Amino acid sequence: MKLLLIKVFSILFFLASSSAFACSISARVSIVGNEFPAIQTVGAGAKECKGAKVTANLTADHQKINVAGMSSKPAEYTSAIVANTSIVALLNNDLIRPLDDLVNKHGKGLKKNQLITIDGKIMAVAFMANAQHLVYRKDILKKLNIDVPKTYEEMLAAAKKIRAAGLVKNPVGGAYKAGWNLAQEFNNMFIGYGGSHFKGNSAEPNVNSDAGVKALKMMKSLSEYMNPDFLTHDSNATNAEFRAGNVAIMNMWGSRAATLVDADGVSMEVKNGMDIAGPMTVGGGKTPASTLFWDGWTVAKKISDEEAEATFIAMTNAIRPSILDNEDIRKQAVWLIEGYKPTDAARGVFAAAKMNTTPYPMLPYAGLMHSAIGKEIADFMQGKETADKTLSDIEDAYRASAKEKGFL
Amino acid sequence: MKHRTFFWFILPTFLAMFFFITLPIISVVVQSFHTPHENILITVENCDPFGCKKVTSIDHEATKELKNEKPLGKFVGLDIYFDRGHLALEQVKQHWNNSENLLSFLSLISDLPFYKAIFFTLTFTFTVTPIMLFLGLLIALGVNAINRKLKGLIIFFSLLPMIVTPLIGSIILFWMIDSRGIVGNFLQITFEDPNLSLKASTSLTWVTLIVYGVWHAIPFSFIVFYAGLQTLPKDQIESAQIDGANTFQQTIHIIIPHIMPLITFVTLMQLMDNFRVFEPIIGFNAEAHATSLSWIIFNDLGGETRQLSAAATSSILTIIGIIILLLPVLIKTWREFDFKK
Repeated sequence: MKLLLIKVFSILFFLASSSAFACSISARVSIVGNEFPAIQTVGAGAKECKGAKVTANLTADHQKINVAGMSSKPAEYTSAIVANTSIVALLNNDLIRPLDDLVNKHGKGLKKNQLITIDGKIMAVAFMANAQHLVYRKDILKKLNIDVPKTYEEMLAAAKKIRAAGLVKNPVGGAYKAGWNLAQEFNNMFIGYGGSHFKGNSAEPNVNSDAGVKALKMMKSLSEYMNPDFLTHDSNATNAEFRAGNVAIMNMWGSRAATLVDADGVSMEVKNGMDIAGPMTVGGGKTPASTLFWDGWTVAKKISDEEAEATFIAMTNAIRPSILDNEDIRKQAVWLIEGYKPTDAARGVFAAAKMNTTPYPMLPYAGLMHSAIGKEIADFMQGKETADKTLSDIEDAYRASAKEKGFL
Repeated sequence: MKHRTFFWFILPTFLAMFFFITLPIISVVVQSFHTPHENILITVENCDPFGCKKVTSIDHEATKELKNEKPLGKFVGLDIYFDRGHLALEQVKQHWNNSENLLSFLSLISDLPFYKAIFFTLTFTFTVTPIMLFLGLLIALGVNAINRKLKGLIIFFSLLPMIVTPLIGSIILFWMIDSRGIVGNFLQITFEDPNLSLKASTSLTWVTLIVYGVWHAIPFSFIVFYAGLQTLPKDQIESAQIDGANTFQQTIHIIIPHIMPLITFVTLMQLMDNFRVFEPIIGFNAEAHATSLSWIIFNDLGGETRQLSAAATSSILTIIGIIILLLPVLIKTWREFDFKK
């Protein structure tokens, strides 16, 4: 009896201590971030914390508001969820704080490779990885005896066969919408051909090169097998085309692969036929024509230390290893969290990491280059300009904006 | 009205305009003359889940002092106005020297972002405005002539395009004109061309945007003209009828002169509205084929780049553009006013 009592008490004590340990905070937490499923999960995880108010503003327009929302003193947002592209704006404006002390104090569960360090200081905590890779219809490829493409040249050949066989009129898909999406596809291809966007460590542009010309020509060849409206298709529209059975092979984001064919009204043929593989290479190169991304969270600089600590505790709670016990959450992303075992949907991104895909560069002027590419490249895709003219236009447009922003 | 009464009457409006229009415009002008300070760059080692790498970064400590000293940034005068993203003086000069005739010069400079946007904006403004004035008047005359019982219903339906939010309206139409949408498919069947796509060609995209612009703006001119028609001088029309004037003659000689002030008003409003065309470009995903000054401002401000000075400069250029556009109409109104006095 006594023993039983001790047992009961120790269990009670354990429960009490663990629930007290769960997540309690003493200052406000306010999060801004993108809105895809994995980030919704992180936002909800932070809200589990008790003791103070936790709010989350998750919107596709997060990049338009996070800088302004973290510039005031005190900052409106205590944490921004960012990727290696969007952290740059926060770094450029000096809006996020080093997390080394907080990691030592509260970050025991974090893995070393989750910590994003800049000049030796931890500036963000990553929780998932992402990359573009091949998504295809295995039933169609099988019917025509085509092997799964490993290079863009093979993709073109496959597209030719599929169209010739009359199975799909425009078999190739791609997020080629003028602007950010199209520029991202160029970046992939350019890196695949061995190009580098800048001269050495300087801010001088370097896209007007052999690799640039080849990348543009490959994109043009691919676009001939796409829906003629390709310049208006972002990744949502491209996925819709795939679901409708109008696309047989495409380069698509890993973060969308898991839920790609889950929507209503997708035919069984597409549902069963969809498969994924790693990213493709191009022009005989070894580096895949793709870029690696991470998503992670940051803590604002212009807030009190109490708020920073509360934010850190809440955000760490949101990405604790035990969230992966839920099968649905496990499927949402390629998590970088301790104990994550890849699901089937994660194969593409894992292959990308294994093949040493280049990470998107965290450079202060990378965004200006991306935007210049997005603005200028549409003329070439419509056949209005030569590749050389487009590439020199990109450099001129970049130079003008880099000069304005004080990089050149 | 006494001057005193007028003063107190206009004061609230005047104050609101000063604080919410004049001051912001002054701050935009100041912004357009400044750029951020030059960044002092250093090489640092960055580590992420994919490994460590030496990369370039901004030295915040070193740039901070400069920023505190001159928080507005570096004064550059008109530099931004003349750079490639705006008036592109250097490139224009080069193209002028390299081109044989005006046509080739125009096609060369239409590759520069500012002129590309201006060409579309002006084409849009000068096609949409007259078409919608004409059609709006036609509908107003038609509605005015129909049975009183039907009028309410017809007016309601005629106003619908204006009630729909421009962005939503253009997104709905964007899907309807898709090659698999109802309008797109219909056009393919009508012209027996299975590859016809309104979204893939620049000229067809322009036509689509202009048709949308007209569709969206007609209700405004219609309702203003319809209101004007209610004040028609009945005796003049009756005497014209007795004199044997037909409907067309009555319209030309009595109705149009009577509602002329309204036509001027609608023209002014529409020139201004159409010059800052924006939503349809976003809704129709038309950035590849058509851009406008407002779209350039939006693009400079959004995303990771945040080019405040470039956006400020484009804003000032838009204001100057609108002033130039409205000048003839304003001068005309001014003269007529003086004349009556």
